[in-house]
Amino acid sequence: MQTIQYREAIREAMQEEMRLDDRVFLMGEEVAQYNGAYKISQGMLDEFGPRRVVDSPISETGFSGLGVGAAMYGLRPIIEFMSWSFCLVAADQIINNAPKMLYMSGGQFGCPAVFRGNNGAGGQLGSTHSWCVESMFASVPGLKLAIPSTPRDAKGLLKTAIRDDDPVFNLESERMLGLGARGDKDFSRYIKDTWAPPTNKQDEDFTIPFGVADIKKPGKDVTIVAAGRPVHFALDAAEELEKEGIDCEVIDPRTYRPLDIDTIVKSVRKTNYCVVVDQSWPFASVGSEIAAQVYEHAMDDLDNKVIRVNNDDIPAPYNRTLEQEMLPNTRKIVEAVRAVTYNA
Amino acid sequence: MTPGNGPDSAPEVTPEPGQGTLMTSATTEDRVKTPASQSLPKDKLVDMLYQMMLIRRFEERTMQAYQQAHIGGFCHIYIGQEATAVGTVAALLDDDPIITAYRDHGHALARGMHPNYCMAEMYGKITGCAKGKGGSMHMFDKAHHMYGGHAIVGGQCPLGVGLAFATQYEKKNNVTVCFFGDGAINQGAFHEAMNLAAIWNLPIIFVVENNGYSMGTAIQRGTAAANDLGAKAKAYGMRYAECDGMDVLDTYNTFKREGDLSRGSTSSALGLEQSGGGPCFINAKTYRYQGHSMSDPQKYRSKDEVSEKKEKDCISTMVSHLIDNKLATQDQIDELDKKAKQVSRDAIKYAEQSPDLPKSEMFTDIYSQPYGPPFVKGALPKMITDNNSGD
Repeated sequence: MQTIQYREAIREAMQEEMRLDDRVFLMGEEVAQYNGAYKISQGMLDEFGPRRVVDSPISETGFSGLGVGAAMYGLRPIIEFMSWSFCLVAADQIINNAPKMLYMSGGQFGCPAVFRGNNGAGGQLGSTHSWCVESMFASVPGLKLAIPSTPRDAKGLLKTAIRDDDPVFNLESERMLGLGARGDKDFSRYIKDTWAPPTNKQDEDFTIPFGVADIKKPGKDVTIVAAGRPVHFALDAAEELEKEGIDCEVIDPRTYRPLDIDTIVKSVRKTNYCVVVDQSWPFASVGSEIAAQVYEHAMDDLDNKVIRVNNDDIPAPYNRTLEQEMLPNTRKIVEAVRAVTYNA
Repeated sequence: MTPGNGPDSAPEVTPEPGQGTLMTSATTEDRVKTPASQSLPKDKLVDMLYQMMLIRRFEERTMQAYQQAHIGGFCHIYIGQEATAVGTVAALLDDDPIITAYRDHGHALARGMHPNYCMAEMYGKITGCAKGKGGSMHMFDKAHHMYGGHAIVGGQCPLGVGLAFATQYEKKNNVTVCFFGDGAINQGAFHEAMNLAAIWNLPIIFVVENNGYSMGTAIQRGTAAANDLGAKAKAYGMRYAECDGMDVLDTYNTFKREGDLSRGSTSSALGLEQSGGGPCFINAKTYRYQGHSMSDPQKYRSKDEVSEKKEKDCISTMVSHLIDNKLATQDQIDELDKKAKQVSRDAIKYAEQSPDLPKSEMFTDIYSQPYGPPFVKGALPKMITDNNSGD
């Protein structure tokens, strides 16, 4: 296994799929000559040329709609948003046109496009740049939504997304792009085989199917459900709680749509306690949806209520201390687990 | 509905003297001296007239069916503008993609969609072009390269750019035609689409079907420099042309000329050898005789204005042209109209007799690769149900 960064895993996924299929192209702001605003697409212009790695102007409505149109024609665009926060100006294209085209055309025109980019708070970027879009978009039928938390998941899910015939939103995180990098303080965690993607040489068919949750840490006392960056908050919390004798099972759904509720419910039936973590605002969030589904499917197996840990219900503050406090951070998860398991 | 314009009224195809002269409205200085339409075979000219008649008669039936509540939702009638869709499509290759807004019945028919499927779609029947899932505003026909009617104003412009990008990417010798109304030119999506098309020299023609009103707002009230739409094209370094959208031959000539210039354009910015004239913006000046939609009382314009516009009706103009040039007789023209009426009646009959969209279709076409049962409240995943059975 290779110890590559999250950003490299995304790049590998795109490169491998582009080598296989000429219909796949990458378009977005600064993806080509600049080598990617976050160096995700570094070297791709050199390999694939300007026909397939295309710098777009800052024009999200224009180039995301272009992606939908090209996909209707039969190409397989990867549209990069520098940040998902910037996709909001393109809402009509990505949530009206992309996911509804197949239905409205009676099955004639699909939209096999991938929209991907950074999601969630970066580093003190203020509220307009700190959107977590999963709760806003996961309710839209017709799209699929993946939110990888490790380099392995990033590569496997994105390869699946590119091959998928339906529109996929791939939610990455600026804060995770360096995951697995040498010098990362948590480097040891990412050299575990299970967290590193195979190279193309090792496994040329490597993909991760949608709708299959991953048990990031097995445990028997309480189920913590988290996807994307909060998976790492949850794992840190589990480490801390282990010292108190609480054995957490951390379940990463990896895709919110489709959602692998089976694996979550199976875990809850075993642990009888559940904490749902999600980095969007609490009201009508994906975390609320998971909590509701846990109640629907496993009400009798719960020994306490489900507790949700969300981003606080505020616009993201610039101030560093407050920004960290706003997130569904480790401290909040630890407290939630203690609260939910008090009667165990 | 305007009196005398009903489905069973006499056809307004009586030739009027003095009509039928081609407008010389294109602004490009190097306009070719001989219009392309002069080399068109008689059959094609007659077919263009028939297409316009068919749309007119079909739309009359559409209005009737709407008033009888067989058609629901919003319904936008194309009557008055027939020459724009017919003249444009006549100048295209069969596999040139077209995409339009919600006033789309005319484009669908002109592109070759069977009137039965078009009407059945509005009736919400499974035999409709989109199985009754799209309705009046969403006419899709993959076989005829019709990439839809689209209902959010301006929203289809970036899609059109995507189609043009795709044909360039695939090195095809096509041109995409992207239609929209004059209301769309105030939308951001339109401007972003124009900009992208220009920087990448895309083979696309943006057509504003300029009927003077975005719903009830006259173009002068909503668009800056409304009397100089060429400025919009100039802003993006793009070719600009105007045509009389109520004259099918002028429309044809303009699209033939500009289409051939744009067709197969490629861009060095996208790693290809720079070639072709790139995108073009065409202002097709037209007029709709009916309201914006079926529920429009039309208080924003006078009846005199409507009658005045009807005097240069696209069908009458074409009839004059054919008769004056001895390309058709009045009897032949009457026959065509009879046929158009019959085909439209048949479409109604077909739609009425078609089965309704069954409930089983509710959960199809959401994903091309379905991933399990539809999301139904209270329904349990299989695993849970299995476990429960032993409890």
